[in-house]
Amino acid sequence: MGALHLEYTVAPDDFSRAGEVSGIVKRTLKDLGFPPAVVRRTAIAMYEAEINMVIHANGGKITADITPEEIMIVFADQGPGIPDIDLAMQEGWSTASEDIRDMGFGAGMGLPNIQKSTDYMDVQTTVGVGTTITIKIFVTQ
Amino acid sequence: MKISEIARLVDANIYCKGNEDTDIRCAFACDMMSDVLAYVKNQAILVTGLVNPQVIRTAEMMDIPCVIIVRGKEPTPLMLEIAADRGITVMNTKLRMYSVCGILYNHGLPADEGE
Ligand SMILES: Nc1ncnc2c1ncn2[C@@H]1O[C@H](COP(=O)(O)OP(=O)(O)O)[C@@H](O)[C@H]1O
Ligand SMILES: [Mg+2]
Repeated sequence: MGALHLEYTVAPDDFSRAGEVSGIVKRTLKDLGFPPAVVRRTAIAMYEAEINMVIHANGGKITADITPEEIMIVFADQGPGIPDIDLAMQEGWSTASEDIRDMGFGAGMGLPNIQKSTDYMDVQTTVGVGTTITIKIFVTQ
Repeated sequence: MKISEIARLVDANIYCKGNEDTDIRCAFACDMMSDVLAYVKNQAILVTGLVNPQVIRTAEMMDIPCVIIVRGKEPTPLMLEIAADRGITVMNTKLRMYSVCGILYNHGLPADEGE
């Protein structure tokens, strides 16, 4: 397999569809024969980041670059940005509404779990401009 | 434990059938999907009182083969559509979460205690 480049748009405010892109990428990785642990770690990180795009920003763009050695995913949104990223990375810290919590998210576990599930995580965020999160999963057998 | 045995034990109504031969080794009970994503480490089934499409998407991400909805709540058509496509079994029971967990635990299905 060579390099694969995929691009998706995440619709704003459509909670029921949040996670569609993560599902597509997960199935693609599985079909390509990546090790189950790599597939699962990518799926967990992607799904939390995709949910964040929908509940905290107004959707955005996801691009995936897949090679046999490395999976890199970039989540770019033009949402409100994150004022204090150190605080946002703490387990349990969340600005999610009660409505979001009633739907099973907003526990403040997303960003820390993205960090735990990946080998590299970079957050670029500017208040009023948007947030871009880059993650990498290195492929080890 | 087979999924059909689980359904019988908790008197569940099956809405959507996945692979019936899957051998279930443990379970995780929770209404917060972020907790499922953070704590499930093995191939567990999910016992939940939450009813929305993200329950099925979470199951898909975590390779959870079976979702048991408690307190008699009905799965939505979109949940069943996604579950059918991904081969995930969806069932519901009138029992409450604690009862479902107690019954399955008593019959030898342990918790997913992580790595
Ligand atoms: N894409 C984003 N845009 C704006 N804010 C975000 C974004 N992602 C995360 N955040 C902020 O960081 C906080 C923590 O995120 P996370 O750990 O995923 O927890 P949760 O989503 O459950 O609140 C969120 O409550 C929100 O304030
Ligand atoms: Mg989140």
